[in-house]
Amino acid sequence: MLVETGHFALALALALSLVQAVMPAWAARAGEPALRQVAVQAALGSFACVLFAFAALTYAHATSDFSVQNVVDNSHTAKPFIYKISGVWGNHEGSLLLWVLILTLFGACVAVARNAVPPVLRANTLGVQGFITFVFVLFMIATSNPFARVMPAPVEGRDLNPLLQDAGLAIHPPLLYVGYVGFSITFAFAVAALIDGRIDAVWARAVRPWTLIAWSFLTLGIAMGSYWAYYELGWGGWWFWDPVENASLMPWIAGTALLHSTVVMEKRDALKVWTVLLAILTFSLSLLGTFIVRSGVLTSVHSFATDPTRGVFILGILILFIGGSLTLFAWRAPLLRQGGLFAPISREGSLVLNNLFLVAACATVFVGTLYPLLLEMLTGEKISVGPPFFNFTFVPLAVPLLLIVPFGQALAWKRGDALAAAQRLFAAMAAALVVGLGAAALHWGGPVLAPVGVGLGAYLIVGSALEIVSRARGYGASRARGAAVIGRRALGLPRSAWGTATAHAGVGVVVLGIAAQGWATEGLATLKPGGTLAAGPYVATLDRVAPRTGPNYEETVAYLTIRNRAGDEIGHVETSKRFYPSRQMAVTESGLLTVGASQVYASLGEIQPDGAGLRLYHKPYVLLIWLGAVVMALGGGLSLTDRRMRVGAPVRARAKGLPPSAVPAE
Amino acid sequence: MRAAPLLLLALLAAGPARAVQPNEVLPDASLEHRAREISAGLRCLVCQNQSIDDSDAPLAKDLRLIVRERLKAGDTNQAVEDYVVRRYGEFVLLRPVFGLHTLLLWATPLLAILLGGFGIWRLSRRRAPPPERRLTAAEEAEVAALMRRD
Repeated sequence: MLVETGHFALALALALSLVQAVMPAWAARAGEPALRQVAVQAALGSFACVLFAFAALTYAHATSDFSVQNVVDNSHTAKPFIYKISGVWGNHEGSLLLWVLILTLFGACVAVARNAVPPVLRANTLGVQGFITFVFVLFMIATSNPFARVMPAPVEGRDLNPLLQDAGLAIHPPLLYVGYVGFSITFAFAVAALIDGRIDAVWARAVRPWTLIAWSFLTLGIAMGSYWAYYELGWGGWWFWDPVENASLMPWIAGTALLHSTVVMEKRDALKVWTVLLAILTFSLSLLGTFIVRSGVLTSVHSFATDPTRGVFILGILILFIGGSLTLFAWRAPLLRQGGLFAPISREGSLVLNNLFLVAACATVFVGTLYPLLLEMLTGEKISVGPPFFNFTFVPLAVPLLLIVPFGQALAWKRGDALAAAQRLFAAMAAALVVGLGAAALHWGGPVLAPVGVGLGAYLIVGSALEIVSRARGYGASRARGAAVIGRRALGLPRSAWGTATAHAGVGVVVLGIAAQGWATEGLATLKPGGTLAAGPYVATLDRVAPRTGPNYEETVAYLTIRNRAGDEIGHVETSKRFYPSRQMAVTESGLLTVGASQVYASLGEIQPDGAGLRLYHKPYVLLIWLGAVVMALGGGLSLTDRRMRVGAPVRARAKGLPPSAVPAE
Repeated sequence: MRAAPLLLLALLAAGPARAVQPNEVLPDASLEHRAREISAGLRCLVCQNQSIDDSDAPLAKDLRLIVRERLKAGDTNQAVEDYVVRRYGEFVLLRPVFGLHTLLLWATPLLAILLGGFGIWRLSRRRAPPPERRLTAAEEAEVAALMRRD
């Protein structure tokens, strides 16, 4: 019964989202502003309906209701409870429902954020958002109903794919989806502005918090996915340039560009048309990411046709939203007035350069991901575009981009002084040189690029710190002396300044982690119990190999003791081969030992009667890759708490009578 | 029932092994290093986007052994790659060759930078501040009138 009610709630959400889509336009046509309020109520209503539907499906999964097809396909009575819950979104239908839930949640947030967004913009945004919700719920009801019943109900379910039975996978999709879907709000804002034919700094200010939320979550989601692939797939890589990964990386790159161009728009009223285009592109890439992955078109052209209704519907959605919004853009963008002039060497100029490199990197990933597909369709030739291609093309675009990060921050708005900026960055450059040379001396004869990368990371981190210091110190007559004064002023800087510096330092931390992988070492051997295998500064001893029974799997575990070269015990690691009888699938569980930010990584290979094949890696400072991403997201969060982002904007009342210049310039 | 775990152990032992196995490793360290380098650039044909170095499919193992055999026979890296491409086609290369059919692919990064740079240059020229306009006689008179009123 609850399941049917959930299905009904979804149908109700479909109707409500249509109301939400139509009402703002009607209000404008009828000249009846009160009708706009209906869109607000509809947005809240459709969120409530989708939330109920999601709860109903979750309940069916939690209670292992095998009369529901979705539960049968993805659950098993013996599955641990947490995976029964995460199993809700570990499949096509459920993940779509989660997608729509987040979509309507964002819609409800916009509806509630009364003071943050001007009324007309808010209504139009809700309208666009309602239209997106409508199409997606329609897609779900028409082709991917999660509430379909099965008759007669089987006694046992088919279980979730073992690879997905992992804590990482329980939180990875929600994080990623908040990112993807968050950009739908920015998209809705952009389309609303195009419909209205007006765009200004108020728009930029209204959009920025949503972009920041989406970007921060997408950063976390990608990092989470990367860490999961690292420990679950069992061969120790952290990024594979897999089409699925690229699909999430593209909206992230475009979103990063968008984040920076909105800053220019908010501060200087420039780059308006470009920002609107980026907002459209970012969400288009999110859509492409969600659906190209779902449709399976990337692994093979032919799998697209396995379910023709779904495939055609997906193609329709993509054409409707991407094509439609780009057409609207071509038609309405010339109406948007350009403002804010600036010299090439200025903060704006550096941000334009940032956008140029980001978009070029995004285009490279896009073309690299889709090229084999297009080539096969057009000529029948099959080629592969893998990690060697992406590393060769992406890195040369990323390095200059990273080099200008602190530099741009050191330039003034409108017209900057390149020489002065370089002088202010002297400490960062010196730090890069010292750290890079130090790393090279320490690992003489090792890889060449690793010390360069370490230097780059140090440059970014010190550069971010310098940005805070030099802003706190001030310029000219108000230049502060003494650490105490600078410290006090630094604390008084706007949170967004701290957010920027933190996020940029996070990038530096990621670069450090990536560079350090140049010194990763690997050992490989077949061991008998008591045998040893070395990797870097550590030695693993195989204690024993024994079978063990888990809740819904059987496994063979290799127990290892890790010692350093001096023979002191550092810790114990278990790595196993698991077999899930319900799916007849075997997976390898790697064993990890964390020492500081470095890890010892063990992966079990072939099991032989008298021993086991074993792979041991030493991954120096590998955790920095993901910690850096967390620091970046933290920077995004810090910016969000900035006074001017705060929803409710109490500034208006307080700042009455003050000239506009009294508002902090940053 | 007691035998089940043991049976399982046997099953797993017979099952696929992960990536490079100890018994595949060449005794000559520099040859093995080259083999790993080449393997990282060759696609496992039956997997989703994995190199043969990472894959545990039997076909990947065969390819790894072929690579090592060719190296032992004294082939250069290029010769080994050519040999594998002759047998399995261009699809096997994770780094596509540079040719007419991949021109657009390889040119994308440079093209994007050049086109973007050109666009920015054009826009910045077009958006130079408009030339100063002299006031018309009527406006001059109006200004003069306003000035007098003060």
